[in-house]
Amino acid sequence: MGALSIRNVRKSYHGNEILKGINLEIDKGEFLILVGPSGCGKSTLLSMIAGLDSVTSGEIRIGDRVVNDLSPKDRDIAMVFQSYALYPNMTVRENISFGLQIRKVPAAEQARIVERVANTLQIGHLLDRKPSQLSGGQRQRVAMGRAISREPSLFLFDEPLSNLDAKLRVEMRTEIKLLHQRMGTSIVYVTHDQIEAMTLGDKIAVMKAGEVQQFGTPQEIYDNPANLFVAGFMGSPSMNFIPAKVEAVGGGYGVKLESGQRTHVFPVPGGDGKLKAWEGREVLFGIRPEQITHKSESRLGLPQFQTAEMPIRLTEPTGPDTMVLVPINGKDVVCRVHPAHAGQPGESMELMFDLSKSVFFDPASEQRIA
Amino acid sequence: MADMSVAHTAGASKLGRFIIYGLLALVCLYYLMPLFVMLSTSLKSLDEIRAGNLLSLPGEFRTDAWVKAWDSACTGVQCGGLKGFFWNSVSFVVPAVVISTMIGAFNGYALTMYRFRGSDLVFGMLMIGCFIPFQVVLLPMAQTLGALGIANSTLGLVFVHVVYGAAFTTLFFRNYYVTIPDELVKAAKIDGAGFLRIFFSIILPLSVPIIVVSVIWQFTQVWNDFLFGVVFSSGDRQPITVALNNLVNTSTGVKEYNVDMAAAIIAALPTLLVYIVAGKYFVRGLTAGAVKG
Amino acid sequence: MNATVLSSTTAPAARPVRRCRWCDTLDAWLPKLVVAPTFVCSLVFVYGYILWTAVLSLTPSRLLPNYEFAGLVQYEALFDNERWWQALSNLAVFGGGFIVICLAVGLLLAVLLDQKIRAEGFIRSIYLYPMALSFIVTGTAWKWILNPEFGIEKLVHDWGFTSFTFDWLIDPEWSIYTVIVAAVWQSSGFVMALFLAGLRGIDDSIIKAAQVDGASMPTIYRRIIIPSLRPVFFSSFMILAHIAVKSFDLVMALTNGGPGFSSDLPATFMYSFAFTRNQIGLGAASAMMMLMIVVAVVVPFMYSEMRRSRHG
Ligand SMILES: Nc1ncnc2c1ncn2[C@@H]1O[C@H](COP(=O)(O)OP(=O)(O)OP(=O)(O)O)[C@@H](O)[C@H]1O
Ligand SMILES: [Mg+2]
Repeated sequence: MGALSIRNVRKSYHGNEILKGINLEIDKGEFLILVGPSGCGKSTLLSMIAGLDSVTSGEIRIGDRVVNDLSPKDRDIAMVFQSYALYPNMTVRENISFGLQIRKVPAAEQARIVERVANTLQIGHLLDRKPSQLSGGQRQRVAMGRAISREPSLFLFDEPLSNLDAKLRVEMRTEIKLLHQRMGTSIVYVTHDQIEAMTLGDKIAVMKAGEVQQFGTPQEIYDNPANLFVAGFMGSPSMNFIPAKVEAVGGGYGVKLESGQRTHVFPVPGGDGKLKAWEGREVLFGIRPEQITHKSESRLGLPQFQTAEMPIRLTEPTGPDTMVLVPINGKDVVCRVHPAHAGQPGESMELMFDLSKSVFFDPASEQRIA
Repeated sequence: MADMSVAHTAGASKLGRFIIYGLLALVCLYYLMPLFVMLSTSLKSLDEIRAGNLLSLPGEFRTDAWVKAWDSACTGVQCGGLKGFFWNSVSFVVPAVVISTMIGAFNGYALTMYRFRGSDLVFGMLMIGCFIPFQVVLLPMAQTLGALGIANSTLGLVFVHVVYGAAFTTLFFRNYYVTIPDELVKAAKIDGAGFLRIFFSIILPLSVPIIVVSVIWQFTQVWNDFLFGVVFSSGDRQPITVALNNLVNTSTGVKEYNVDMAAAIIAALPTLLVYIVAGKYFVRGLTAGAVKG
Repeated sequence: MNATVLSSTTAPAARPVRRCRWCDTLDAWLPKLVVAPTFVCSLVFVYGYILWTAVLSLTPSRLLPNYEFAGLVQYEALFDNERWWQALSNLAVFGGGFIVICLAVGLLLAVLLDQKIRAEGFIRSIYLYPMALSFIVTGTAWKWILNPEFGIEKLVHDWGFTSFTFDWLIDPEWSIYTVIVAAVWQSSGFVMALFLAGLRGIDDSIIKAAQVDGASMPTIYRRIIIPSLRPVFFSSFMILAHIAVKSFDLVMALTNGGPGFSSDLPATFMYSFAFTRNQIGLGAASAMMMLMIVVAVVVPFMYSEMRRSRHG
């Protein structure tokens, strides 16, 4: 039995379709990430799961109940908002126990729960403060405390970390993950930060313009993006997309790359099947920056590795790696190179392409070819 | 807009600032002059008034004009001073202010936090109600109050002021509530609270400033009203503004300017007091009510 | 984080909120129910009554309403009425003078007060206190001040200028201007407050940028600050126009429409015909005309302003 299942859910506002048939399913205890650019309908979907927005058509189940017509309080959920939405007039303690009070939990039990929640989140010393007297990170904890105090069967998070500074965000991310491991409650978590998506999620749904582009585990989505949008959205720096012609090479098929004055044709491992139909035509060749590095002797000769010498236009050191920009087929391509091996702008350097994870897209439909 | 004067040279700026302060002080005198004249006139005897001029100070402080204005001055046919009318005003202003503020709070809450189909239309309709000249509803309202048997009664005035004040209070509360994040209400819904619970536990405790603004605004408006008072009440049920006007325009015997001025100050005292105590909120109400039309 | 096991106890949320369909339905309807009385009141007491007044204006009603249809006779009577024309032209004079002077004084005071004045709060509260007074009080006070026998005229005589005359209050040509004087005294501080709020809302950095560009302070005011106060001009104009059309109390207290009916405004005209002269039909017709004046002033202004803000 799934913890949450969303079947063919649509939402329109005044005839505008915002969500165009969403299908998602997660098991008990799973951590689902909804990720996508601003305005794609993530918050709307979350609100519909919470019962704050009505469902235009389709079905939402939480556990074994269809909840379409249930009010938020009957859905056995709790939610953490981007702005935290702590009740400004109440102390932290009252904030946490408000939901319990409404559910007529006896006072003694309320006190026990508040204490336990405060221990878990280490906010015991803040219980008698008002939200205005808390820092951003503390508010965040209180908001989570309010959610976990009721022990719902499903947590909903709407960009809970986006108001925190970078350092705190990383810390809280870890805490949320630990909390999830410990409590084992299913979570739906909205973010537009793809790093949060990768690190937290058991499953990721990448959304765009009211549609789920791909639904799968983080690794599947990273390694096997279903289309150009997903490939470009996940990963930082983003995947390189190089328009390239497909040519027959050495019994298989490969892509033709021009850089500087030189032309290279890289055979694609296993490319013979799907690329065959594209012979002589242009495709978008997708390769992530970390798959283009400096030449390493130990890998030379393996079929999926190809080397080529290319002129450097620009280098961007990031510390652990240096991003090297080289022109290929008229595009700037980012390569992730060990700093010790990076050349200087104006020079050229030998780069090694790992083609085993390269992907190919139809430039017109933007769908994956191979 | 900070540091306007930075770029100026010291000398020019000094002279400039002198002129600015001079102008501002002069204008202050202009605004204060009528109050001063009222006060000093009310403390003079009639002889002193005839002998001196507007700015001459009273020779000795006499309170007889005040006593007379409060107790025995003639307002038309009766000669009981303003005291009865003062309490008339209090008796309908207080309920009118309380009720219209409560209505405004509820309306503002429902219209901002629970948008429903047509809620903007309702709001727009209410706002147009703020703009009409009241002359256009006077005749039907007079007929209605007569038919309901509440013409010339405290109840009738409360009713009229609530009906035509609620649009303004709704506007205040709505404009205040749009600044409260929606997520607060959503969070409370998920916590299981309903419409009333959210209002009383969360929204109302946050509304203190706007309640103060609304109360002060309504109090000033209703206390100072003359039109409804003069049309919908008569005789000894009239509000103080109407009584003051009658007192000033009663032309029996000698014109007693000192009594007129004392009466005017008495009529102005409650709102002046509110202004002195809570001027900040008064100004906020004025600008809030005005800027968003 | 400490490893308390949260899920070991009886889950409180498993205890559902008192489930009752009926309560949920009621709760969903409550917002509408709450607004409904005000909505109905507005429908009846504003829109319904406007309609009712319109109907009355088409009847021959005098002392009592009489619902025979009489066509536009009341309007004809109104436009044949010299006093009505006087009221209209007074409204134009009063409205124009009042609005222009209030805007000018308000803006000037706001700009002066915006120069980092030390006792700003105190000065501001002096400028604003008349707004807390009733127009009746204002009228009473100015009636005394402008009184030719003991007022300003006498004061100036006492200073030695014995040829000075100042008798607007009893001069039919000038009586309407006394209403302007008193109304400006009462309302200009308020306009100042609006402008001051507008000035405070202007982004500092724009002014700094202009200063860096070498613009002088007067240029900055003329070219940048005052143009950006456009919305404040707009709302001030609306409020002042509104006050002007509704002006009733002040005239009643200051001049009572006189001498003669030289300082009548539409509002006092309407009151006097509808409630003291028992000409309900004519009163209703004048009330409708007042409504139309408000609409005629406010609607085009709002419309142009809305178009602007949509394009801007
Ligand atoms: N009440 C509403 N009425 C009309 N349109 C709405 C309403 N709420 C949301 N929308 C539209 O629905 C779309 C999706 O909005 P939503 O808030 O779900 O986006 P989001 O993915 O959460 O974006 P973000 O990352 O910026 O939070 C937007 O185009 C928005 O304009
Ligand atoms: Mg969102």
